[in-house]
Amino acid sequence: MSFWLIQSLNSLALGGVLFTLAAGFSLIFGLMRIANLSHGAYFMLGAYVGLSVLDQGYGFGWAMLAGGLSVGALGAAVERLVLRRLAGKTLAQVLATLGIAFIIADASLWIWGGDPRPVSAPGFLRGAMQLFGLTFPAYRLAVLAMSIAIAIGLWLLLDKTRLGVMIRASVDDMQMARAIGIPASRLFTIVFCLGAALAGIGGVIAAPILSVYPGMDADMLPLALVVVILGGLGSLAGAFVGSFLIGFIYSFGQVLAPNLAYFILFLPMVVILAARPRGLFGRPMA
Amino acid sequence: MKRLLLVAVAAAALTLPLWAGGAYYVNLASQVMIAALFAMSLNLLVGYAGLTSLGHAGYLGLSAYISGWLMLRLGWGHGASALAALAGTTATAALFGLVALRASGISFLMITLALGQILWGVAYRWADMTGGDNGLSGLTRPNPFGIDLAAPGHFYFFTLVVLTVVAGAIAMWVRSPFGASIRATRDQPRRASALGFNVSLIRWITFVVSGFLGGVAGLMYVYYHQFISPHSISLANSAEMLLMVIAGGPGTLVGPMLGATLVVLLKNLASAYVDRWVMLLGIVYVLIVLFLPGGIVAGLDRLGARLGRVPAAPRRTSEATPPPGATEASR
Amino acid sequence: MPLQRSSFARSAALLALLCLGVAHAADEPIRVGFLTVRSGALAAGGKQMEDALRLFLKERNDTIGGRKVELFVGDTAGQPAITKTRAQELIERNKVHVIIGPLAAFEALAIDDTIRSSETPTISPSAAAEDLTQRRPNPWFVRAVGTSAQPSHPMGEYAATTLKYKRIAIVADDFAFGHETVAGFQRAFEENGGKVVQKLWSPLNVADYGTYIGQIKPNVDAVYAVFAGGNGVKFLKQYGEYGLKGKIPLLAGMTTVDEGILKSMGDEALGVVSSGWYAATIDNPNNKRFAAAINRDYKQDPGYYSIGAYGAALMLEEAVKAVKGKVEDKAAFMAALRNVRVANDPRGNITLDALGNPVMDVYIRKVERQNGKLVNAIVKTYPAVSQFWTYNRKDFLANPVYSRDYPPAAHLEK
Repeated sequence: MSFWLIQSLNSLALGGVLFTLAAGFSLIFGLMRIANLSHGAYFMLGAYVGLSVLDQGYGFGWAMLAGGLSVGALGAAVERLVLRRLAGKTLAQVLATLGIAFIIADASLWIWGGDPRPVSAPGFLRGAMQLFGLTFPAYRLAVLAMSIAIAIGLWLLLDKTRLGVMIRASVDDMQMARAIGIPASRLFTIVFCLGAALAGIGGVIAAPILSVYPGMDADMLPLALVVVILGGLGSLAGAFVGSFLIGFIYSFGQVLAPNLAYFILFLPMVVILAARPRGLFGRPMA
Repeated sequence: MKRLLLVAVAAAALTLPLWAGGAYYVNLASQVMIAALFAMSLNLLVGYAGLTSLGHAGYLGLSAYISGWLMLRLGWGHGASALAALAGTTATAALFGLVALRASGISFLMITLALGQILWGVAYRWADMTGGDNGLSGLTRPNPFGIDLAAPGHFYFFTLVVLTVVAGAIAMWVRSPFGASIRATRDQPRRASALGFNVSLIRWITFVVSGFLGGVAGLMYVYYHQFISPHSISLANSAEMLLMVIAGGPGTLVGPMLGATLVVLLKNLASAYVDRWVMLLGIVYVLIVLFLPGGIVAGLDRLGARLGRVPAAPRRTSEATPPPGATEASR
Repeated sequence: MPLQRSSFARSAALLALLCLGVAHAADEPIRVGFLTVRSGALAAGGKQMEDALRLFLKERNDTIGGRKVELFVGDTAGQPAITKTRAQELIERNKVHVIIGPLAAFEALAIDDTIRSSETPTISPSAAAEDLTQRRPNPWFVRAVGTSAQPSHPMGEYAATTLKYKRIAIVADDFAFGHETVAGFQRAFEENGGKVVQKLWSPLNVADYGTYIGQIKPNVDAVYAVFAGGNGVKFLKQYGEYGLKGKIPLLAGMTTVDEGILKSMGDEALGVVSSGWYAATIDNPNNKRFAAAINRDYKQDPGYYSIGAYGAALMLEEAVKAVKGKVEDKAAFMAALRNVRVANDPRGNITLDALGNPVMDVYIRKVERQNGKLVNAIVKTYPAVSQFWTYNRKDFLANPVYSRDYPPAAHLEK
């Protein structure tokens, strides 16, 4: 009984981490149809920036803010200078975003060095909690809570604000939205900036669990892609459900099928995509 | 003008061991050509059929592992193991194609990525067969007609022959009516379908041929390195191949070769002079995107046109703006 | 007499030319190629190797055995294909006399044939794969570090006989180094009366260890954790977070609590018992000097990678001295390398066995805090341990190489 409970909690915590990673990617793709292959690098950069802030002695909240703002700013710059001209050109987007990922990854190695760096959770969340007779790290439950908060925040943004209305309209029908005067290009910059900032904050949030290390971007990107594809592109609900689904598949898969551990995520993805190419919640791409 | 260029390049290639400056550079040239083989095989899929794949390194690895394993563990000869490797790789490509082509666009990208990762994971995990991360080592080069390929010069010419044959075959295929139909499925799939082309079949055939040629490249790879490990099937390798295709000029014959040359030379020569060569590579990619959309080939075209004061013919690549009426769904 | 004078002049001129020629050869530097990793996940270890090597050269003013040394560094990025190209570059373009490197076992395997065909003496400072000096030895290859299982054999015995553990669960990185280390431990542990009741293999790049920690059977006497690179940092941290620290004692492989990553850890590492052929706390004058120098120049304790590179350089120095600087005579130089006896290695006396693997003391270490810093304090020393432990060499080599499933785990419980 306790085994199932612990693994379920693990799955939920992992799902929370994945959502912070995937939400930004889903947002960007949903609106701009750009598969941002630098997303893993943004995540890692946010974590490194947060690490530096913590090293200077500031609190975790400041670290999250710094991670989000710095990566968001970088994202806005990238969008304005590079991605703006690549709408609809998949191959050029791939080249550009991968090139940027290389630059960020090598720059991070240069600035922060090659040692893996553990990050401490905020003081009051360190240590374990006793839950139903189990010992479970308190911080992981906090990550779960934070991911839900982010999900609610995004939902409120998309559903209740003017910006959100414009975004949803553009996602539904870009040409119509432009026709009624929605400033598409400014929207793009804002959304890309937001998506990148989410990745940056996500990196800081995940850092106490994953630690920060060179190569983290390459490890995280496939996870983000898997979540978003499974959940359905452009659907925030899909990204949310997908994250936790993947969390469960990943955790239980490693336990129940250890021989498949190296590709436990990709098998179900192939199966699901072959059966339902648009993912669980995605709209048909027409 | 173009013919002159072709003759010059051919002459340079045929005499390379004389002017390259040592065994190291001859070996580098062989590596460039092997990379070009990969890029060309991937280009069929990405450039001509418009299907962006991030799992192509899997075919390289599959072919290399099969041939390596047969030679090492069962003692097969080079010829037999090469045939078996190509057969196995092509069969896998056929199977993967059936699965992957049910999706398109980014979903296709993801399925190919996933399939590539599954192959990688199997190579890592099935250590009894594949040697795990230690890979298969102690492999030998073939002895076609008794010529020993251990010498860099000999191997260089062997690779040159293979590259020329493959390039010639691709050129013929792409210029054939079938080749035109491939491009039609890329640019106007609905119209092509309406005209009676079996879009799915055409794509699947291209997928299989692309996998087959990837297998050929894989054989050359394992002959050159005499070693294969899961690192060669990694996502990073697949991404690098894709970048070669895109940077060189997708949907062109020469593009993949230029892209391969760029990447291999940057990786190997730049690192001798620049510590942060990974960053340099990234910057070059971004610069190509910004200033040479359409890849190096398109840039050269424009340069050639400006020099010759002849307007460059609009090049039909996969990135050409679709005529009005086509929506994103056609991608 | 004019004839005498001219012939004297001629012979004098000849002699002068000869001396010039000889002096020229002695003036020519020894070209040392260094294969390391400067980018990617293994970069941290690569940097430690490079730092130690540069310290060695600085201490000797770039001079070994009377000749200047010219160092050529090749970055392999941890990729076998690039490793081969770099090795070829060092050999064909830079014409190095000897190669120190590479870092990883798969890199060493990738350049195996290159080394053989070019007959380039190679000293690996860190590749620990068993077969490199067991079933697939290369006449031109030796190493300054031991095999993966060399320190885990004594650990297995120590755990069973001294710590008196009976039931152990193992969590390890699922790759060759992890397999081989665990195999050695399991064999020695079970031969001394213990039982390995659980084996959990985690992928190298696993996102998080929660799933694995959650599976550890609660009724084991200890957990043996074998991780390379930075994974030890994550695992130990999470082990503490799940409340197992203090409940189930931790045993570890050499790289799990290597000095290179120990500096990034906190209290979660205290009390972890590991085994290895080096510890920065080894108490002899050579090590005290070495550790102090590394601390002074690079602000950290030397660990696995540092001692590997430094030890390789020491071996090189002894061999160069043995051939009186004439590294151009490859056969003699290689023979000298294989027969080297290093007396001033920080680890003590180092000699190589017939297959090119060092025979060294293995230390059982315990993580303690000394002067506010986490260190591996030495608890017990097993002197002169070879790669074959107490086993007969022929029998050992007749068995299959250590792997995930060999020796088979006969006592696993569901």
